[in-house]
Amino acid sequence: MGAKVNILEVRDLVTGYTDLNILHGISIHIKSGEIVSIIGPNGSGKSTLMKAIFGLLRPRGGAIVFKDHDITGVKPDAVVRLGMSYVPQEKEFFPSLTILENLEMGAFIRDDDISDSLERIYAIFPALKEKGHIRAGALSGGEQRMVGIGRALMLSPDLLLLDEPSAGLAPVMRDMVFEKITEVNRAGTSILIVEQNARRSLGISDRGYVLETGVNRFEGRGLELLENEDVLRLYLGG
Amino acid sequence: MQLVINGLVIGSIIAITAIGLSMIYKTLNFVNFAHGDFVAFAAYIALFANTSGMHLASAFLVAILATIVLGVFMEKVVWHPMRRKNASRTTLIIISIGLALVLRNILIFIWGGSTRNYNIPVRRGFEFFGATITPNQVLVIIAAFILVFALHCLLSRTKIGKSIRALSDNIDLARISGIDVDRVILWTWVIGLGLAAAGGVLYGLVTAIRPDMGWYLLLPMFAAVILGGIGNPYGTIAGGIIIGLSQELSTAVLPTEYKFAVSFVVMTLVLLLKPEGIFGGAK
Repeated sequence: MGAKVNILEVRDLVTGYTDLNILHGISIHIKSGEIVSIIGPNGSGKSTLMKAIFGLLRPRGGAIVFKDHDITGVKPDAVVRLGMSYVPQEKEFFPSLTILENLEMGAFIRDDDISDSLERIYAIFPALKEKGHIRAGALSGGEQRMVGIGRALMLSPDLLLLDEPSAGLAPVMRDMVFEKITEVNRAGTSILIVEQNARRSLGISDRGYVLETGVNRFEGRGLELLENEDVLRLYLGG
Repeated sequence: MQLVINGLVIGSIIAITAIGLSMIYKTLNFVNFAHGDFVAFAAYIALFANTSGMHLASAFLVAILATIVLGVFMEKVVWHPMRRKNASRTTLIIISIGLALVLRNILIFIWGGSTRNYNIPVRRGFEFFGATITPNQVLVIIAAFILVFALHCLLSRTKIGKSIRALSDNIDLARISGIDVDRVILWTWVIGLGLAAAGGVLYGLVTAIRPDMGWYLLLPMFAAVILGGIGNPYGTIAGGIIIGLSQELSTAVLPTEYKFAVSFVVMTLVLLLKPEGIFGGAK
């Protein structure tokens, strides 16, 4: 494990909206093949970190390096081309487009035949194949989440960012989502998850970070964090 | 029957001109008050080309092209820079009102404020179930039908069409997916204003060409957009037909001067009863 290279490294990242900084020097890294969770209370800057990594928010300090490319302040379409995908929290699909069209939009930057990618997504989410021509807006919450994740996987990314992948889902659907995340990871995609549902998320993670108001608070192996008394007390309500 | 035919004709024009208003409203999140004046601009370009000796069919194409060029120019020098500066929605609306006034006054400056007509032979209408329908009216309905069909193919079959719909659904997700958002916005203008221009030239076939013809069309267009659900092109088409029909049919019981008020009433009723539009626009 120690020999693996960092696929993503974030160093001392400072960013925020308008005059206010949300992140005050966050540092995280993800090794190739890992699942890493970021947990923390509301307002700790988890989603902000995701947006800054993906180029939706301009960093004011620090650096982001993805596969040896400095992507600090690089726009999302360039980040996509380098092999990173992002499933935002809520509104993760195009409601008036069909399932098939949603997936096609995920492969927008490709001009060649995308049927190989479609087959790969259908293998992960067979339910999407049968309903290909139904508008995504008419699907159930769980199916919409599959569409969102499927869209992000269309380009076979090396790194997948997932913002609250289990939020708002029924328990059985949550199980399905975490199962699929492990499956995607086993096929070779590194994954960064931001989750409220910290127990489940850390349970499938190699490592985790705990954020508190924009700074790193704890860092450790997934299961170790689950046993850390301070983490339990502060963020897991244990 | 006569009123139904008149309603269908004006309804088709409202429908195809309003699609662009609806798409831009949803995608860029502002109401383009200059949209109607682009409609008038197209009619005047066609008039100019036609009275300079060009056949009306070629004048039609020239007008569409000129309107698209003007629209792309405005996107490059006004709308895109304003979005980069994070201009508020109110700012954009006020700019569009200013642009509307400038455009209209340029038309008045060049061609004067009086009504004009294309240089085409006046042909007799023919009887149709007790009503008179003119060849121009038939032309308008057929052309509108062809344009709507072409639009449908574009939006549902082509990559650029699908990405236009994706942008109007969720522009942030489009950006995240790696879609070149600025390029697709440009295409949205091209198609929206192309249709508005086509509608403007057709409008000139069935009404007198005046500088304020587009401005007065803006209210019914807006009613059609609301009725069909903002950002839903198919809803807008249906909304346009409904507004056109209700405007004309109202003249059976109300004085003609009130027909524009009818679209206001229909729009207000829809907003009160079903704010997302009767065809459930994309939320």
